[in-house]
Amino acid sequence: MIGAAQRTEYPALRIFFKTIVARAYPRVMAANRQKTWLFFDMAFPVVGALAMVLVYEGLHAPRQYLGFVVMGGAMLAFWQNVLWSMAAQFSWDRGNGTLELYVISPTTFEGVLLGMALGSMFTVTLRAVVILVFGSLLFGITYTAAGSLPAIGVFLLTLSALYCLGMLLASLFLFYGREAWHLSNAMQEPVNFLSGLYFPVHALGAYVGGAASIVPMTLGLDAMRQLLLPGTPVFIPAGTEALLVAIQVPIFAVLAGVSLRFMESRARRDGKLVTRWE
Amino acid sequence: MAGAHHPSSDTSRPAVETRQLTRVYKTRRDVTTALENVDLKVGQGELFGVLGPNGAGKTTLIKILVTLLLPTSGVALVDGLDVVRDFKRLRSRISMVSGGEQAGYGILKVREQLWMFSQFYGMDSKAARRRIDELLERLGLAEAANKQITSLSSGMRQKMNLIRGLMTDPRVLFLDEPTVALDVGAARDVRSEVQRWMREDPTRTVILTTHYMQEADELCDRVAIVNRGRIVAEGAPRALKESVDEDVIVDLQLEPGTPLLEVLRAIEGVGAASVREEDGVDRFSLLLADDAILPRVMTTVESAGRRVSGLVRRQPTLEDAFVKLVGRSMTEEEA
Repeated sequence: MIGAAQRTEYPALRIFFKTIVARAYPRVMAANRQKTWLFFDMAFPVVGALAMVLVYEGLHAPRQYLGFVVMGGAMLAFWQNVLWSMAAQFSWDRGNGTLELYVISPTTFEGVLLGMALGSMFTVTLRAVVILVFGSLLFGITYTAAGSLPAIGVFLLTLSALYCLGMLLASLFLFYGREAWHLSNAMQEPVNFLSGLYFPVHALGAYVGGAASIVPMTLGLDAMRQLLLPGTPVFIPAGTEALLVAIQVPIFAVLAGVSLRFMESRARRDGKLVTRWE
Repeated sequence: MAGAHHPSSDTSRPAVETRQLTRVYKTRRDVTTALENVDLKVGQGELFGVLGPNGAGKTTLIKILVTLLLPTSGVALVDGLDVVRDFKRLRSRISMVSGGEQAGYGILKVREQLWMFSQFYGMDSKAARRRIDELLERLGLAEAANKQITSLSSGMRQKMNLIRGLMTDPRVLFLDEPTVALDVGAARDVRSEVQRWMREDPTRTVILTTHYMQEADELCDRVAIVNRGRIVAEGAPRALKESVDEDVIVDLQLEPGTPLLEVLRAIEGVGAASVREEDGVDRFSLLLADDAILPRVMTTVESAGRRVSGLVRRQPTLEDAFVKLVGRSMTEEEA
């Protein structure tokens, strides 16, 4: 006989961690089995960053701007991952019925989303590293060694805040489905611009830069540039920026949790979780 | 085998209970009542069928019971837990398999996908893999265990989906049209596995929605017939068939010609009539009050100029019970 004796209800924390590993698994397998990502995820972003560098060279911009572009290009990989491989994934999952199975299981959306993030981490990090190393070698960019450890700390904080923001955005996909695609599309370029991916955020001024700081990448990237690239115009001192990003982590985490619960409840009320009605 | 998997199934300890359950869908343009005041009690250990045409409200009922949808009003309890208030606790005790399900990730292999879903329930990885292998073996999928999901046939895929539903050993398993669009062999395998799974443990309960009357007749201990959001009849398949026992049931095959359904329905003594077109022939099913009605039917057919290609008197089926209760066939209701 298969079954009856094995019927168990497991603790939420155990389910949470097992979900993270299990949901990361398809992403890891995809990276392993579909090697085409090596070309599309590496070559295109490098070309994108290269194009920006050429623009600055053409404009005879200060040399340090090349460093801004390379670092921004590396961070862009993580932002795109948050937008498309984390938040928008719920839209795909709803379409094929997987979302229904997440909902009716005892797992949590946070576990599923963190699993997605973790599963993509290898490919995204590799993409960021390739841009960073390739760009730095190609354009002869030098970094301040002393700033590297604090910069790694800021990077990890920024990543945490960014992925918590991703969970918050995912909650919108839970309810709005395909409509949220437009939101992601609409957010991509403005956020790329406002967060100063290719130039120091100082150039945007206090008000616009301040407003753009709601996206953790703005402050995080600026702090890393200040720490690694000497002569970066100071928007806010790096330490303060790091502190603000650190504050954003729990704020976005709590907001994401509340929003996921709220959106799930609304989606259950309005029939947005089901793939078909009868 | 007709139903009755567990003669000891306990209806006094309901696995599923609904009281005045109503669900209304509102869009900008219209309001649809998918379920209206549904009262249902399914005992622990029962294999309970919810029958009805497409759009009757079967899937809405299931989606409420598995916590995907909130009811507009009324109460629904599964394994004693309220689907609105206690949904978190409930989710570890239930599972759902839908017909034509495409859930999961095509990049994964069968065994990997099943393992992934087992982890969302917190199962021990080793135990989950062992259980998956046992179920794969039982459903004849052992050789496909390392095949990528995208390469599976629809029958194999649905067997995999069924394994996903069974592997966590739910107290209540919801099967929503599980054999829809499957070939005869795969549908039979799915049905026999459900029966076997039920036999293994008398506390297991299955709620099955289907619009295949024969499937319900074969599998279910009891069924509820749902039409336009309401339960129009409930009972054991045999009892429902007995409701048409006193009728004379006749299958009448006619060559194509002038429409006759409403004319036949108007004949006094014709309790219900339905028709379906098959292989260029109109196949009428007629429920007659007694044998004496048949000559009147034949006279009407002849005067309409329709040629009879076959006439059979047969035993009642659940479909006949449905036609008698609703007044029309499932196909007509769906149209």
